[in-house]
Amino acid sequence: MAVLDLRRKLAILSDAAKYDASCASSGAEKRTSVGGQGVGSTEGMGICHAYAPDGRCISLLKILLTNFCIYDCAYCINRVSSNTPRARFTVKEVVDLTLNFYKRNYVEGLFLSSGVIRTGDYTMEEMVRVARSLRLDHDFRGYIHLKLIPEASPELAAEAGLYADRVSINIELPRDDSLASLAPEKSPTDIKRAMGRMRLAIDDHVEPAKKAGRRSFARSQSTQLIVGADEAKDGDILARSASLYGAYRLGRVFYSAFSPIPDASSRLPLTRPPLLREHRLYQADWLMRFYGFERPEIVAEGEDLDLSVDPKTSWALKNRAKFPVDIQTADKETLLRVPGLGAKAVERILAARKITRLTLDDLKRVGAVLKRARAFVVTADWTPGALTDRESLKAALVQPQQLSLF
Amino acid sequence: MRVVRLASEIDFAGWRAAARALRAEGVEPQAVVWTVERELFDVDAPAPSRGGGGFTVPATFVELAEQVIQHRSADRLALLYRILWRLEREPRLIDNPADPDMARARDMAKAVSRASHKMKAFVRFRLVEGAAAETYAAWFEPAHRVTEATAGFFVRRFTNMDWTILTPDACVAWDREQLMVSEGADPADAPSEDAQEVLWRTYYASIFNPARLNPKQMRQEMPKRYWRNLPEAALIPELIETAQERAAAMVAATPRQPSDRVLKAALRHARDASYEGGVPTSLEEIEAGASVCRRCDLWRDATQGVPGEGASQAPLMFVGEQPGDHEDLAGRPFVGPAGQMFDKALAEAGVVRDRTYVTNAVKHFKHEPRGKRRIHKTPDRGEVTACRWWLDAEWRLVKPRVVVMLGATAALGVMGKPTPIGVNRGKVLQLPDQSQGLVTYHPSFLLRLPDEDAKARAYAQFVQDLRLAGKLAGL
Repeated sequence: MAVLDLRRKLAILSDAAKYDASCASSGAEKRTSVGGQGVGSTEGMGICHAYAPDGRCISLLKILLTNFCIYDCAYCINRVSSNTPRARFTVKEVVDLTLNFYKRNYVEGLFLSSGVIRTGDYTMEEMVRVARSLRLDHDFRGYIHLKLIPEASPELAAEAGLYADRVSINIELPRDDSLASLAPEKSPTDIKRAMGRMRLAIDDHVEPAKKAGRRSFARSQSTQLIVGADEAKDGDILARSASLYGAYRLGRVFYSAFSPIPDASSRLPLTRPPLLREHRLYQADWLMRFYGFERPEIVAEGEDLDLSVDPKTSWALKNRAKFPVDIQTADKETLLRVPGLGAKAVERILAARKITRLTLDDLKRVGAVLKRARAFVVTADWTPGALTDRESLKAALVQPQQLSLF
Repeated sequence: MRVVRLASEIDFAGWRAAARALRAEGVEPQAVVWTVERELFDVDAPAPSRGGGGFTVPATFVELAEQVIQHRSADRLALLYRILWRLEREPRLIDNPADPDMARARDMAKAVSRASHKMKAFVRFRLVEGAAAETYAAWFEPAHRVTEATAGFFVRRFTNMDWTILTPDACVAWDREQLMVSEGADPADAPSEDAQEVLWRTYYASIFNPARLNPKQMRQEMPKRYWRNLPEAALIPELIETAQERAAAMVAATPRQPSDRVLKAALRHARDASYEGGVPTSLEEIEAGASVCRRCDLWRDATQGVPGEGASQAPLMFVGEQPGDHEDLAGRPFVGPAGQMFDKALAEAGVVRDRTYVTNAVKHFKHEPRGKRRIHKTPDRGEVTACRWWLDAEWRLVKPRVVVMLGATAALGVMGKPTPIGVNRGKVLQLPDQSQGLVTYHPSFLLRLPDEDAKARAYAQFVQDLRLAGKLAGL
């Protein structure tokens, strides 16, 4: 077999990594390279160093160590039965690439994943070697995200947590039964167990951090759910997310619209990825995490979200009796449930109304989206009257769909 | 009309001194003209006000002003002075995000902050060929005058590296010890290429998913004004142009039949999905079986089935209700807060936990998600009954002389019928297999008792029950 040059390997192993939605580099502990030997810093907020023409953020060098894989997950381009070209990086190649990219300010750090070769432990050990070398040999203080192999030993997972800022295990399919049929070698219980162990380790990270004597343990873990590859409805997907957030304190659940892959399996839909559906799921996820909504209020299990309006507007339209809300007097929880008011706008409303009686213009200035908010609020100069209960209100709030050429 | 000349576009100290003096003098905002003169410092600058005319402004105003002055708009200095002026009569202005002046200043500050963030993101260093030590340089054109204020970020990140960032406004350079600021420069002063850019462009092209083409979103986050200094941006037109074709090709390609291996594995899985195994004949079988058990629906949201653990021939068996949050994650019974309370009481009663067998009436954690928590829910009769399959098997295999039921759910699981704790506590009950039974509190009930006296009393009874159990079991 011909030896692939580095550029070809990078092309194969980043192409293989692009179906992972996560590229976040936020939430790490703050550190700098002051007083150290190498490069790197993290300041809490993530940085997107570039955007691809798909509009997605490029924050990290997101690659696989190898795309050889012994598993046969139907949705994955790297499954053993796929004809995709294969490559494998050496540990040193990944370390050098990361540092070279980092020093030129292309990336915030490394997101390393891998196909499973030989065994889970063997693969995990190789990935840990990369992170260990970056941290210990090069005193690299940038961001590291490691994908965990669920069946790898707890000790290796714990060592990964020692070097990484975030770890993740992808559940991929929202329903256990679809996981069983589409990814037969993956066990939902193994995945949940590994996440459970990781949460316990993150919770009492103080001890391993002392042992390492240099930096603390990973701050968070995340996962990804593929949307549109199986029969799961939005309600099922969000119920799964709610359960994951509660059980494993995940920093994020990423939703990834199932995207056609080269050399696809006949068992999966070969259509354009459902990007709008993915967007609505993120909005609903936000409502659960930052706006005080519980999943059953947003969508029932076995049902889908309304694609024509955002989930908060959808909720408000179904609960019109709770509106209009008086901007001047409503409490914070109530304001957060008003369509068109984001968390920031609500904070500003709370500050501004101590000083002045807010008008519609004021609302606009604090960042509210009046088009969505006006039917649901009362201000000093505005009352929606019958508008709130008007039959045609929903039609007025539906965003026009982008037309495509026929 | 008063003319104020500042030493530079971002001369905050100069603006502050002038503004302070002007306000002390009572000069109205519309009577001031703000200009910048790089060469000569102002001749008729107002004398800095001395002590007497001093006044205070909220610290947040100073922070805001320091950002706003970096904005490229010409009216920023006048806007800041107008806000300063208004603050005298309207001290709460600063807290009113809905005021038009405040909103404008906030928008400017936001644009400056965004420009600074984009500078952190889009500076692209190039290796300086022929330099003695490893040295990097970059040419960058910031949207606002943020270079000096953003330099600290690069110092913290690349402390141990020599680097220079050249911009039209100013240049900053770091020699691993000191930051030097100098006049603006020219793109020709920076290296024009770097060998790593081939790899970076390869990465950029490969990480892009043509099936998700969304150039509008890209331009929103990476405005075109930055493109000419981004080595990867040259690829964008071609990537966009070929995307639809590539995506269409993927959709149109003949899908492959899954391999036999996959179909077989799926079949096997479908067959194994529900637990229909025979009666377990060892504790290991129970351990393996509890996690794949589908006798009720609790497995769905739980991490794993939590089997009992302890001595395989223990004379004393403890039965709790169900695993809690901690037990569900760890896969072991009684290791969370209730488990610690249990261990403490056991130690006081003189019973060694390792010589007993500890399990639960229900093997999966029943709960309800509430935000970032899981709220415990008591298993219902159907779930307890379904799980007796495992409890009975453990009981049969361990063959304890004494079974202690911790709480009402445990009593239901062991006795098969509701057995109130209040009336039965402390009594020795005869169990069907000739072993003896005791019911007592569940440790988490003790944790929940709000009244300290009641808690102490109940705890003492609990220890007393455990001691009795130990004695009956001969431990």
